[in-house]
Amino acid sequence: MLLDFILSALRATIPAGTPLLFGTLGEVYSERSGVLNLGVEGMMIMGAITGFGVTQATENIWLGVLAAALAGGLMALVHAFACITLRLNQVVSGLALTMLGLGLSGILGRQFVGQPLPVDMPTVHVPLLSDLPILGNLLFQFDPLVYLAALLVPVLWFVLYRTRWGLSLRSVGESPETADSLGVNVALVRYLAVVFGGVLSGLGGAYLSVVYAPSWIEGMTAGAGWIVVALTIFAMWDPLRALLGAYLFGGVRILQYRLQPLGIPPNLLGMLPFLFTILVLWISAGEAARRRIGTPASLMKAYSREER
Amino acid sequence: MKNTLSLEIEKRLATPRWLQILTPFVSLLLALTVIGIVFLTLGIDPFFAYRRILGGAFGSLYSLSETVTKAIPLILAGVGLTLAFRARFWNIGAEGQLLVGAICGTGLALALPDWPRAVLLPAMFLAGFLGGAVWGLIPALLRVRWQVNEVITTLMLVYIAEKLVRYLVYGPWKGESEMGFPYTAKFSPAAQLPRLGWSRIHYPTLLLGLALAVAVYILLMRTRWGYEIRVTGENPAAARYAGMSYLKSTILVMILSGGLAGLAGVGEVAGIHFRLRYPEGISPGYGFTAIIVAWLARLNPLGAVLTSLLLGGLLVGGDAIQISLGLPAATISVFNGVILLFVLAGDLLARYRIRLRRSTPQEVG
Amino acid sequence: MNATTANVVSMRHITKHFPGVLANDAVDFDARRGEIHALLGENGAGKTTLMNVLYGIYQPDAGEIFVRGERVDIRSPREAIGLGIGMIHQHFRLVPTHTVAENIVLGLRDRFFDPARATHDKIAEFAEKYHLDVDPGARIWQLSAGEQQRVEIVKALYRGADILILDEPTSMLTPGEVEDLFAILQRMADEGNTIILISHKLDEVMRISERITVLRRGRAEATLETAHTDKRELARLMVGREVLFRTQKADREPGQEVLRVENLHALNDKGLPALKGVSLTVAQGEILGIAGVAGNGQRELVETLVGLRRTTQGRILVDGQEITWQPPKQIIERGVCYIPGERLTGLVPEMSVAENLILKDYCRQQLSQGVFLDRRAVARFADDLIAKYDVSTPSRDTPLKLLSGGNIQRVMLARETSQSPRLLVTAHPTSGLDVGAIEYVWRQLLQERERGTALLLVSEDLEEVFALSDRIAVLFAGELMGIVPADTAKLEEIGLMMAGSHRQPVQEAAA
Repeated sequence: MLLDFILSALRATIPAGTPLLFGTLGEVYSERSGVLNLGVEGMMIMGAITGFGVTQATENIWLGVLAAALAGGLMALVHAFACITLRLNQVVSGLALTMLGLGLSGILGRQFVGQPLPVDMPTVHVPLLSDLPILGNLLFQFDPLVYLAALLVPVLWFVLYRTRWGLSLRSVGESPETADSLGVNVALVRYLAVVFGGVLSGLGGAYLSVVYAPSWIEGMTAGAGWIVVALTIFAMWDPLRALLGAYLFGGVRILQYRLQPLGIPPNLLGMLPFLFTILVLWISAGEAARRRIGTPASLMKAYSREER
Repeated sequence: MKNTLSLEIEKRLATPRWLQILTPFVSLLLALTVIGIVFLTLGIDPFFAYRRILGGAFGSLYSLSETVTKAIPLILAGVGLTLAFRARFWNIGAEGQLLVGAICGTGLALALPDWPRAVLLPAMFLAGFLGGAVWGLIPALLRVRWQVNEVITTLMLVYIAEKLVRYLVYGPWKGESEMGFPYTAKFSPAAQLPRLGWSRIHYPTLLLGLALAVAVYILLMRTRWGYEIRVTGENPAAARYAGMSYLKSTILVMILSGGLAGLAGVGEVAGIHFRLRYPEGISPGYGFTAIIVAWLARLNPLGAVLTSLLLGGLLVGGDAIQISLGLPAATISVFNGVILLFVLAGDLLARYRIRLRRSTPQEVG
Repeated sequence: MNATTANVVSMRHITKHFPGVLANDAVDFDARRGEIHALLGENGAGKTTLMNVLYGIYQPDAGEIFVRGERVDIRSPREAIGLGIGMIHQHFRLVPTHTVAENIVLGLRDRFFDPARATHDKIAEFAEKYHLDVDPGARIWQLSAGEQQRVEIVKALYRGADILILDEPTSMLTPGEVEDLFAILQRMADEGNTIILISHKLDEVMRISERITVLRRGRAEATLETAHTDKRELARLMVGREVLFRTQKADREPGQEVLRVENLHALNDKGLPALKGVSLTVAQGEILGIAGVAGNGQRELVETLVGLRRTTQGRILVDGQEITWQPPKQIIERGVCYIPGERLTGLVPEMSVAENLILKDYCRQQLSQGVFLDRRAVARFADDLIAKYDVSTPSRDTPLKLLSGGNIQRVMLARETSQSPRLLVTAHPTSGLDVGAIEYVWRQLLQERERGTALLLVSEDLEEVFALSDRIAVLFAGELMGIVPADTAKLEEIGLMMAGSHRQPVQEAAA
């Protein structure tokens, strides 16, 4: 009995953590380039409503997912423009976009509340692996987006540390003057990183509305975007650690529901992810100081070549 | 020999006064225009919408009173935020501090309904202030002692506060005669704030807000503490050198900022609803709108009173079109977001200027 | 008439504006193949701006550039690099957390996968050719200034640069490292590379260059053959009038001991030892100059003295009272004043002149009553200081950032010296200032000395140290190499101490 409980909880963790994983990977790239994106919550929820709405309209789930990614990317483009070209305060810009996203998605979504989704996301059947006795159920019977997120981890890790693009990205985040003096287009790199982050956030949001729920509820991200920002710090801006963090948090969310039968009031349990986030931040801050792993040195600082 | 005319953007050396005052208005105007376009694309007639908003906000005596009513929590929370932001402490969690203040006020009201009004109401305000202050102190301590980013901690505490309110109104504090609604019992008359005439303006809170706006202004500009707060926010290194305690400034600022938001919370439960309800019923995001109040007022506490009225009007107008156009409550967030973006961009006008430059290539000698 | 072909670089009538200042005013400059050409001028003369134009960081408002005989428009560093121009900035443009190889290959488009590893061979090649030893796998923050500079040079060479611009290359180096650098530069010039050296140091420029172009206030004053000129002429061109190399310093008998530092140990920001058992004393009416290349503990020493950094061992005493672990406020009470190296550490540019002036004294009775600031008293206080120190400002409420650098320094001096300190700690007091401002600051400091204040002066400018100090101390790697009387000290001796290879018995102040 206990084994079943644990296994089923574990199994549920991965999809629960997937939207967080998408978001965190995106934010890692954005912050690595030096731009803080606090608009993730807004981008995720816009991704959610876009994904749901387009899927409803076209009856094609992949079109919905694609549209969601685009929506997230477009919002991120606004943020990029504000922070990189106009050099506005990054904190406030991100906040404004979150407010905008939450509101806009509410308006756009009024017609979709309570509606079912006409199509399903298929489950991927991996030959041999999916049929394994316990592991098969645990790890290999998910939908394609789960695998996409997981596969992005090693890919993004490799790009970050072992390619020319990743080197440019990291340099822009650590020392934009240096990168600029060597002909790296700082603004372009930052734009790309931020928009990429937005695309992934949109995907994460779409996952929620189109696969995980699947349904549309106003405000359904419920703070996931903020947890993503915290997770980025916890991940020390490294894609591998992001995987760990995202699934860990997925687990906390699952735990929240699984513990309900124990009689603990659901609202108190609902505090768990947020309390956990604070805890995680607290630990990370201490650890970062000890390991001397820093935030990307130019995070939140706008860059201008001619600024004396 | 070609003369080239080019448009260049130069950094200003100093911003003239008139521009400083004009900029927020221009930003607001631009923001409203963009929102109008958004409405257009959503199939909503922007002119109809704006007429409704203006009418709803300022069209009648009743509307005006509603605007003032909504401005009350904005003044309190907004003034508190001008303090926090001046110290560069990004308190995004005023909403949570407001809710905790509401909880504390409610707790007192439910526990001591028979106390005389003249004692109970001030006690409730005090409790609300303390509750909000504690809620604001937590992220402050985390930041001062362990350098934990305050944006996320203040925000997380908002969600936690919301859950706390929900827990209480669905659970231990659920009113017996409220037919299963997530409300507490109605407050006794001793715990109800008096209103101005037939309006919903709970004037004690309003007066409190105005008085505190002036007090915070004086604090900021005329006292040692305010001086320290400003220096700490502008240049922490200089503050350290002058022996100013970052700890003291941050703690002070967050006690006040959280406490003021807490007062706003008490005002809502004791002045409007006379009970504690599910969180959205107490505050439709006052704590977040207060961010715009503060930013729009350029972090000036006195200015925050004016911007509170402006944004209060927007909230009331927003209610009006919600009903007539069937828009969800979240619509106001769209306004908030776009306005904030444009206010932010408006700062650019103040910082830079456009110059016409004529350049003539020289003869090569 | 076009640029002559012997010139590998030719800049004609270059003009560049910034808000409020004309940095380059119709400047002509050229450099020949295989020569070492120095750009001489004081801080703010426009040398770095001119080279930034050549390197594509700035676009000139007017003028033309020719490289190898062809007219070019250099719109970005990338284009400059494409033309074979490389620039090594005064403050190295390296990413501290990355490796040498990663820094060298940054921005290059040869390889997509694992770009850093591919550079190792070519790096070895350059090391051979020009004696530029660098370890491709080392992380930049682990390297010394001299080693970092070598990385910068390899970086430029790797990109095919044969025109190298070096901006104040010796500012971070010990005399020994300077020798190494000059040897490398000479070798490179012999191989046909063109070296443009930006400097304000007459000695070096005379030693290493073949031609010198002097800039003053944005104008090119003259271009001379090094062999045909001397320091006096150059100095005159630099400042526009005869310059005195020594100040009028009165002889003084130092008085009582004011500052005593015993066996001071402290850690730097990375947790490594920055001060290892430093002991010194400063007496009334004496200036102790601390010489040494930046990064050898000077910053940490200064910070411990004013209470901004904790010590791990040792004592600090002012007038016999121990102040070792006291907070800045209490140390200020003891009469210790501080003029920080980074001007903005002690000032708030957004706030008014008056508000900056009261930064240290706002708690005192004369300026505040209880919690409230007495505005009238503050106004009087500010006006008094503005008049006394001749600060040029529209009003006391003008934001500080609108004042010129010299006036900002005056505000700083006014605040720090007006309260008759016992000990004045000052670091790099004249960095970034023009000659007039420098003279003013020197005069103020000497006046303090006259008044009987004890002064601890940290400066990278050896000329300043020699001009002002009574005794000179040298810090190297956190240790005091020696303290010698200024009038008998020899530059060579000091240089050796700065490089860590010489020790002198410490000369106490005559009590």
